[in-house]
Amino acid sequence: MRRVAITGAGSVNALAADVPGTMSALAAGQVGIGPLDVPEVERLSIRIGAQIHDWDAEARFSRQEIALYDRATQFAVEAGAQACAAAGLALTEAETLRAGVILGTGGGGYTTIDESYRAVYPGGRNRVHPFTIPRLMHSAAAAHLAMRHGLKGPSFTVSTACASSNHAMGLAFQMVRSGAAEVILTGGAEATLCFGGIKAWEGLRVMSPDGCRPFCATRNGLVQGEGAAVFVFEDYDRARARGAEIIAEVAGFSMTSDAGDIVAPDLDGARRAISGALDDARLSPDDIQYINAHGTATAANDRTEVEALRQVFGDRLPPVSSTKSMHGHLIGATGAVEALACIMALRDGIIAPTMGYRQADAACAIDCVPNEARRAQVGAALSNAFAFGGMNACLAFRRA
Amino acid sequence: MTATPETRARITQILAAQALRDPQELTPQTTLDALGIDSLGMAEILFAIEEGFDITVPFNANTPEAAGLDLESVGGICDGVQRLIDAKQG
Repeated sequence: MRRVAITGAGSVNALAADVPGTMSALAAGQVGIGPLDVPEVERLSIRIGAQIHDWDAEARFSRQEIALYDRATQFAVEAGAQACAAAGLALTEAETLRAGVILGTGGGGYTTIDESYRAVYPGGRNRVHPFTIPRLMHSAAAAHLAMRHGLKGPSFTVSTACASSNHAMGLAFQMVRSGAAEVILTGGAEATLCFGGIKAWEGLRVMSPDGCRPFCATRNGLVQGEGAAVFVFEDYDRARARGAEIIAEVAGFSMTSDAGDIVAPDLDGARRAISGALDDARLSPDDIQYINAHGTATAANDRTEVEALRQVFGDRLPPVSSTKSMHGHLIGATGAVEALACIMALRDGIIAPTMGYRQADAACAIDCVPNEARRAQVGAALSNAFAFGGMNACLAFRRA
Repeated sequence: MTATPETRARITQILAAQALRDPQELTPQTTLDALGIDSLGMAEILFAIEEGFDITVPFNANTPEAAGLDLESVGGICDGVQRLIDAKQG
């Protein structure tokens, strides 16, 4: 079986508009959550988010590109460009046929949908922009990455709510490992911080009005974020042969379905995904030195996730942190941004903290690396995603 | 604050519809647990109450006790909603 190397990474999120900036912010425990700046915010009961405030689309893209690029696609295109540049990808025509794109998104072109509804309903307009459909479709970001980088092999988008980008990266890993592709650009993009995006979530009553405090006794819900992270997954031997810097290895992947409730988490589904990823990577629990939790800071997720981890790791549970406390919950892009925390732990020996932690919760008795990053030798790391729909996707990474 | 008969009747109707029961089966002591209402059912009930009475129920599923409302029984919900209606009318 082939091995899978990560040879490039790119990201835009509330912490920074690139990977070095994001990692410094994660290491420094910076919190990117603040007041939301969206039209009609006064009609929302949730008014905070991890929003990207200084995004100047006009400075980054041509008028024609903006007509086709939803905010989520803009983030994906920027992250993809950074990843390709970092990887130094220079594919021959023949190689482009075995290179592709697999992205995750929860909402796709949510802002385009929101703005179009606004135009035709309260706005009373009789037409929307002619590119509304190619702009809002879930596959738009993946398509534009394939077009911009000339990747002519398998390209598609997966959507499994909060596990979307872990599913995307897991499938990319499987395709490179199986030899179905040599190179895949993979990760996720999300931009749902618009009036309709927040309003729809409000109804579930699971969002925090004041901050994201995973595993803390005072936690009161999730805080949404936005952005993208994209990686170059590449055949390990190919990467070695061309002298590429390998920033981490993707070691294993597992996906399970609760087949239970549409929103409530399930202990057994989570446990099976965690242990499945270890088995797939041929790692034992003792090999894992860092876990990036799903850690949404809802009452139910954190309690269930800790119990699932306990069942797999027993009393030898390594440090577990939830970086959502800093970059927010990017829904379909969250696993991709969280993979950066795993890479930082593996490559740089820095475990990102769980910020906002105030008070121990007996139901979450773990070392969550509270409020301050930590130095550690990390040989292997795990990244969890447990989505609405009961769809779980866990990835295992190994130091290069 | 005890709910008015009208508030009680409307809320009982909402809860019974959600639980697929006859409203007459519900008493103030009936618990939502006994009606088999889960967290999603509760979100729908609160939506129906907020829309029906034009009020906001300050309920976060992560911190149910923080709302200061008894949302466990039919009677508790009726009285709590009455308080919110009265507070709104000032």
